[in-house]
Amino acid sequence: MKKRKFGLAMSLVLAAGTMLAACGSDDKGKNDEGEKPAAGGSGEKSEFSIAMVTDVGGIDDKSFNQSAWKGVKEFGEDQGWEKGTGGYDYLQSTGPEDYTTNLNNLARRDFNLIYGVGFLMEDAIEDIAAQQKDTQFSIIDGEVDAPNVASILFKEQEGGYLAGVAAGLMTKSDKIGFIGGMDNPVIERFEAGFLEGVKAVKPEIKVDSKYVGAFDKAELGKAEAGRMYSSGVDIIFHAAGGTGNGIFSEAKERKQADKDAYVWVIGVDSDQYEEGKVGDDNITLTSMLKRVDVAVKDIADLSMAGNFPGGETKVYGLQDDGLGLADSRGAIPQDVLDQIDEHAQKIANGEIEVPEFVEKKK
Amino acid sequence: MNIMSNRMINILVPVISILLGLLVGAVVMLISDYNPITGYIALWNGIFGDSYAIGETIRQISPYLLAGLAVAFAFRSGLFNIGVEGQLIVGWFAAAYVGMAFDLPKIIHLPFALIAAAVAGALWGLVPGILKATLKVHEVIVTIMMNYIALHVVNALIKTLSGGGFKLERIHESASLRSEFLSNLTDYSTLHYGIFVALAMVVVMWFILEKTKTGYELKSVGYNDHAARYAGMSANKNIVLAMVISGAFAGLGGAMEALGTFGNMSSMGGFTGIGFDGIAVALLGANTPLGVIFGATLFGSLKYGANNMPNEAGIPVEIVSIIIALVIFFVACGYIIRVGLIRLRNKKEAK
Repeated sequence: MKKRKFGLAMSLVLAAGTMLAACGSDDKGKNDEGEKPAAGGSGEKSEFSIAMVTDVGGIDDKSFNQSAWKGVKEFGEDQGWEKGTGGYDYLQSTGPEDYTTNLNNLARRDFNLIYGVGFLMEDAIEDIAAQQKDTQFSIIDGEVDAPNVASILFKEQEGGYLAGVAAGLMTKSDKIGFIGGMDNPVIERFEAGFLEGVKAVKPEIKVDSKYVGAFDKAELGKAEAGRMYSSGVDIIFHAAGGTGNGIFSEAKERKQADKDAYVWVIGVDSDQYEEGKVGDDNITLTSMLKRVDVAVKDIADLSMAGNFPGGETKVYGLQDDGLGLADSRGAIPQDVLDQIDEHAQKIANGEIEVPEFVEKKK
Repeated sequence: MNIMSNRMINILVPVISILLGLLVGAVVMLISDYNPITGYIALWNGIFGDSYAIGETIRQISPYLLAGLAVAFAFRSGLFNIGVEGQLIVGWFAAAYVGMAFDLPKIIHLPFALIAAAVAGALWGLVPGILKATLKVHEVIVTIMMNYIALHVVNALIKTLSGGGFKLERIHESASLRSEFLSNLTDYSTLHYGIFVALAMVVVMWFILEKTKTGYELKSVGYNDHAARYAGMSANKNIVLAMVISGAFAGLGGAMEALGTFGNMSSMGGFTGIGFDGIAVALLGANTPLGVIFGATLFGSLKYGANNMPNEAGIPVEIVSIIIALVIFFVACGYIIRVGLIRLRNKKEAK
């Protein structure tokens, strides 16, 4: 009897834990009012339709997935489509085991072109593309060699370089931080470019570079940012997706406590200006834009015109508007902006070649 | 007239629990402005809708079965193996590594990979087992910590083995549990032979516990280790043994993912959650082999079917997680419903 009661208590605790955990992520959904999923939309069916599968971040991760969804949505709206089957739609993955299922579900709903957002989806795309030969797929940040898959890569190092130049010129304490999500080739390109950019303007600065190991753990980002700011770092560049939200909240708390605090965050992927608002101040120095939306629309255009680049890899760089810095809205003075532009020019015309890898690692 | 026999109650309890869970879930959907009927139709279709869905559901059940068995087995010996998650991760890695690094005929390669996974999981269970038996270190603390060690050690190994990459190469065909036959049968689902391995392990657990002397000893230690010791059994030996067998089950659960579902291993940002869900699976099944089948089926179906709710009914993932948690919550509360039913019956009889 005693044992049974214990078992019951244990199950209750566990069940409650599961529920609470579920509640924890509930606030994610708040921001997407007005784009409430209305599957099976009544919109007239078009010949062509596109959809995407997100990684665990979801379409409101304020960064990578959001940027991809922006591209899909804008493309769909430009065509006058509605959200849902026959127009444009997305599915969110809650873990790697959902990738194949989600891709397959969309293929079965007869979308013509399906994007897999994130390099983690490489294997899943490869599998499903082999099964659903009539559907076109596109993998962002990864490479899959199949006739019905177009691979999209970015030269993140070029954008990271500009962010590095900005940080190097703007720092007062000569201490700069970089926080990455998971340590993988894509994020390493951000880091490599950033380090190179800082070195180009202030060779003596050693960037404090850390990987927290996850893209969806805001609390880890907050802890790491707290450590960095306390050690004197005044500008942090992050390439950590949802983990980056923790960095913003740490910086905002510091700004709130002391209005004169010199703390900055450089956002990533999307323009993260809105994330940095503290009353009348803003702690977002600028954001390194990775225009996934540009690439998404580009591939969709090509596919709709019948020129789908299947089996090819398209690399988007500074020249293709695939990357850049967001409007700093006055946070960066004009003379610094001019210097950044100079560097951008040099990258665009090939004078500066930004390395893809961090030196000490290779 | 006795309308509610005990047998009737046994059937009614899970049915009522699930219905209650669905009912509260429906309220959640109504409040958040979604149609519960389309939502539940989508859930049903996601689980049983077509042969593809059924195949994927069964595929999802296999690792839950093994994780549940692992927890249940340790429970029966009086141990809380919270480390199933870590044992599963090392098993996953071992199977993926053996599958990738060796090139052997299928008849040797596949069993070799499975055994490697079981051994890896067993070793991960051995450490807390020994610590518990010799130094009385509580296994809950050790196993929780071993989970983190497993996660990060495996991530580091993947990085080293892949030369700085984030995933291992695919396993060779000869080590794969995937089957063209099952896949064709279920319209290209990833259903693989793992489910048979898992079911075989259910029988193995039942056999060990019910038909062998070792099993008797394990259970005795679980009931009352003082009495067991007095009867001349070695509690320490049995603690270690229970953790090792439990770990081996968990390791095989990892092999399901390595050799069946994914075919390789990518470095992970966090836990898979399968091991932790295994605790609930075992408790739902009252730590019996047959009960674990029930628990794993419930967990696996809900987990997989839930994917279809955003897909077909447009309900956001967050709401779906709440609904699924509610169903499981009410099933776990089955005891309360049972007490209620018995009271109700007694009242009627008194009249």
